[in-house]
Amino acid sequence: MSHHRLEAIHLKYAYPDGHEALHDVSFEATHGECVGIIGANGAGKSTLLMLLMGLLHPGAGTVRIGEVELTRKTLPDIRKRVGMVFQNPDDQLFMPTVGEDAAFGPRNAGLSESEVQEKVTAALSRVGILHLRDRAPFKLSGGEKHAAAIASVLAMDPDILVLDEPTAGLDPRARRRVMGLLESFSHTRLITGHDLDMILALCPRVVILREGRVAADGPSSTLLADSELMEACGLEVPLSLQPCAKCGYVGHRKCQVDMPQTGGSPCESR
Amino acid sequence: MPDVSSAVRDMHRMEALARSNTGVHRLHPVTKLLTVLMFLIAALSFERHAFGRLLPLFLFPVLTAALADLPWKPFLKRLLFVEPFVIGIGILNPLFDQVPVPFAGFEAARGWFTFLSLFLKTTLTVLAALQLIACTGMERLLAGLHAMGLPRVLVLQVSLTYRYLTVLAEEAGRLLTAYSLRAPGQKGIRFSAWGSLAGMLLLRSFDRAQRIHHAMQLRGYDGHVPLPPGTMPGMADAVWFFGWSCWFALVRFVDLPLWLGRLMTGG
Repeated sequence: MSHHRLEAIHLKYAYPDGHEALHDVSFEATHGECVGIIGANGAGKSTLLMLLMGLLHPGAGTVRIGEVELTRKTLPDIRKRVGMVFQNPDDQLFMPTVGEDAAFGPRNAGLSESEVQEKVTAALSRVGILHLRDRAPFKLSGGEKHAAAIASVLAMDPDILVLDEPTAGLDPRARRRVMGLLESFSHTRLITGHDLDMILALCPRVVILREGRVAADGPSSTLLADSELMEACGLEVPLSLQPCAKCGYVGHRKCQVDMPQTGGSPCESR
Repeated sequence: MPDVSSAVRDMHRMEALARSNTGVHRLHPVTKLLTVLMFLIAALSFERHAFGRLLPLFLFPVLTAALADLPWKPFLKRLLFVEPFVIGIGILNPLFDQVPVPFAGFEAARGWFTFLSLFLKTTLTVLAALQLIACTGMERLLAGLHAMGLPRVLVLQVSLTYRYLTVLAEEAGRLLTAYSLRAPGQKGIRFSAWGSLAGMLLLRSFDRAQRIHHAMQLRGYDGHVPLPPGTMPGMADAVWFFGWSCWFALVRFVDLPLWLGRLMTGG
């Protein structure tokens, strides 16, 4: 039995105002797998994450972590094993310092203070922000905030990481850094986002949601390159899978068409 | 238009000050709480016109600021918010209480002394309270109050109110910025927009507070905020508490300005 497996089985959810956000969503993420969950705005990604984390309770269907079904009774145990990084780190970092924030989870778990400090040091070192331990979260840059939010979840030693748009609002360098960090994890990871190039780079498999249903589930390189499918789901083929505007090549290489005036090369700049 | 973002910045600045690592910061929060309590008792127990005898009490905020490396500007700025209320309350004293009292070779209405005494007492107590927060931090202060027997549920209430205060202020700041950008040249907020702004502020704060609550729940929050670990009070705590208590008692029971004056004039 692996605690690192996450399974959504026939999930349905309707909001109190009657809006049906999810209809019969099923998928599975196995040990160490990195799965991208994508869809247009309103496709049901956020609702799905809330259901997976037990913040909402499904109208029908079940969520299983390992062999344990998510119920109100198993919720505290499951939340120790599944960590979620929010889209906006300002919602997640609510303690006065980065170190205190990372200590929040382990302290709630009832660990001794020396164990708490060990976990905090390990988590902050893991994401490379140990030097920010005593800094106030509101004084950090966007990339640092994201790293601190990830550290606050890592400090709880989760088996599964759920990341909601982890590169949203980041500049290119911070985005690359967060991506490198996520790539280095061996946890089972579920990543949502509209940054499809990030999804393509990190997730070998992708689940595409459309109007609360699973429209497709399969290899990212195939599904994300399917322009008809992407169009039907309100998405676009990631930039890195679109053909070069000059030479028509799909992928990264030096462009075959010289552009002496600009010195640019569409293939490489993509 | 009120600058909400500057209020949030002030709150954050107080928290930043609390993260310094001076000897005063390292003192046990209970020690600092009890010392300030003694200070308040001493300051407030003076007769209502004994303004001269209050002056030696200023040694406490002055020395605390020096030892804890606290700047004066943010504290004096905050005092400026409070003092107008005190002036409003006390300024009529000289009119109502005109009993002449001799002072430094002159005679002045007793109302002036009660007014000055009220002013000094406010300055001393507000300064002491602000310095206590600035050299302890709200979290540690609450942990101290909890250690002194304040029920956990009350500690939790204050802690969450303090956290959500920032959330509310940040949301208000965003709304006011959005409003002012589309109402150039307008002073304040038009009366007709108050209702929708207040409603929007409430809904947005609820929304944000819920997301923060979710983040807390996901990290094991079950109604108990884990307080920072307590340390045992040491020798420095004893020296701080008893040293200051003796000074407050001396100031309270001996008329130091009079004694000093006699010493200097040989009277």
